[in-house]
Amino acid sequence: MREPIIVFDHVRKSYPLYHHITGGTKNLLFHLPSTLSAIRNSRYEALKDVSFEVKRGEALGIIGKNGAGKSTILGLIAGVLKPTEGRVVVKGRASALLELGAGFHPELTGRENIILNGIILGLAKAEVLKKLDEIIEFSGIEEFIDQPIRVYSSGMLARLGFSVVSHLDPDILLIDEILAVGDREFRKKCIKKMMKFKKRGVTIIFVSHSMPDVKRICDRVAWLDNHIIKMMGNTGDVVSGYSK
Amino acid sequence: MNTQIKHYIDLITVLTQKEMKVRYKSTFFGYVWSVAHPLAFAFVFFMAVKVVMRIQMEGYAVFLIAGLFPWQWFSNSVNASPMVFFLNASLIKKVSLPRNVLPLATVLQDMIHFLLAIPVIVLFLFIYHKSPSFSWLYGIPLLLIIQLLMTYGLSLIISSLNLFIRDLERLTGIGTSLLFYFTPIIYPETMIPERYKTLVLYANPLSPLMVSWRNLFLNGTLEFSLVAASFVYSLFALMLGYAVYTRLSWKFAEVL
Repeated sequence: MREPIIVFDHVRKSYPLYHHITGGTKNLLFHLPSTLSAIRNSRYEALKDVSFEVKRGEALGIIGKNGAGKSTILGLIAGVLKPTEGRVVVKGRASALLELGAGFHPELTGRENIILNGIILGLAKAEVLKKLDEIIEFSGIEEFIDQPIRVYSSGMLARLGFSVVSHLDPDILLIDEILAVGDREFRKKCIKKMMKFKKRGVTIIFVSHSMPDVKRICDRVAWLDNHIIKMMGNTGDVVSGYSK
Repeated sequence: MNTQIKHYIDLITVLTQKEMKVRYKSTFFGYVWSVAHPLAFAFVFFMAVKVVMRIQMEGYAVFLIAGLFPWQWFSNSVNASPMVFFLNASLIKKVSLPRNVLPLATVLQDMIHFLLAIPVIVLFLFIYHKSPSFSWLYGIPLLLIIQLLMTYGLSLIISSLNLFIRDLERLTGIGTSLLFYFTPIIYPETMIPERYKTLVLYANPLSPLMVSWRNLFLNGTLEFSLVAASFVYSLFALMLGYAVYTRLSWKFAEVL
């Protein structure tokens, strides 16, 4: 029996709708009490009472329509969001695979961006420098590595980003829709790398709309619908339920 | 714990380096711009105050520069602060890194540019037959720390609050330009009318600091009451900034 590495215990997450505050001064002044109570009460429910556990080394897929709360779950695991109610327990270091080019600076070279991104994602500077050559080689960006990344194609950016993350040493890897970009060869490489992570015992949380990818990577899948878990279980069962 | 502090230092270093590299990337003159900007300002005030309004004062040019350079550091950092978290939205939403390093890197970067501009002050001192004094050796680090704490504290307040109240970024610009004229930079504190003197010198948190910088650069002197006042203000700014930041930072990812 493996221990759970991520526990969601009756988690509810709601966001206040902040745009009400910027509704204009006149409006605010004329209807002060009602506006204030509207601000207090108008909340957006991103997750309602979600509970699940992920065991160490497991690969969990999260599927569902846009706006169902998938990214909120990732945010809660990464520790950038706090639950409104309930408890989120994460044992270990969670690393997020960033969306294309996030945290990169367009004016810096590929090499400089690798160092920057590696440290931002939690590596020590010495570690990054030690792995630098390996990362560059994995990215397959050869003569462009000392060019500012604003001249890179989007595929090259994705490769650069993924090669940094794949050289991290996380306990939990969070992947949000990253495979949507990049050519087929790169996708294959990514999936292979993820399998390697999995073999090493890294827990993977994989958010995707691509059912073939989910089937290939995940042991279990949670189907989010309308801010609750509609179905959770075996990859095959949930995916076929979702595709119906 | 130890590795955490080490990583924090790595983060600050690499982010500050990034800001430094990015600032003048693809420009021909590079570093010259961080001196050219305050110098151009100094030229404008020199024309207006010395040539046109004919202030009665020896060595007005070096007087101006000794106050303008540290002020530029302060105002550049503070004016940049409202956007700091917005510019790093993707990081804040995905990575759990200590977000307070982001404004710190901006402040440090402006501080380094200020340090790099000190030779220009020295040059002007020589032109006016003055010279640097030994008291700079302890005076500069002391005032540097005070200004770093004050600017960082204020940046933390503004950058955090501006995520929730966007009006702040307009107010910041107005605020720093108002503050500039209420700080004895283009005029000496001795010219302030007696009844406003204490008010301008001690109620404005920037006055004691800027006057201290100028006294240090021009005469090599530090006045205890001014340094003490600016130190108290800087501690207050830092504590307030930290309090605001810790109260709000867990909500950052929600509002971005």
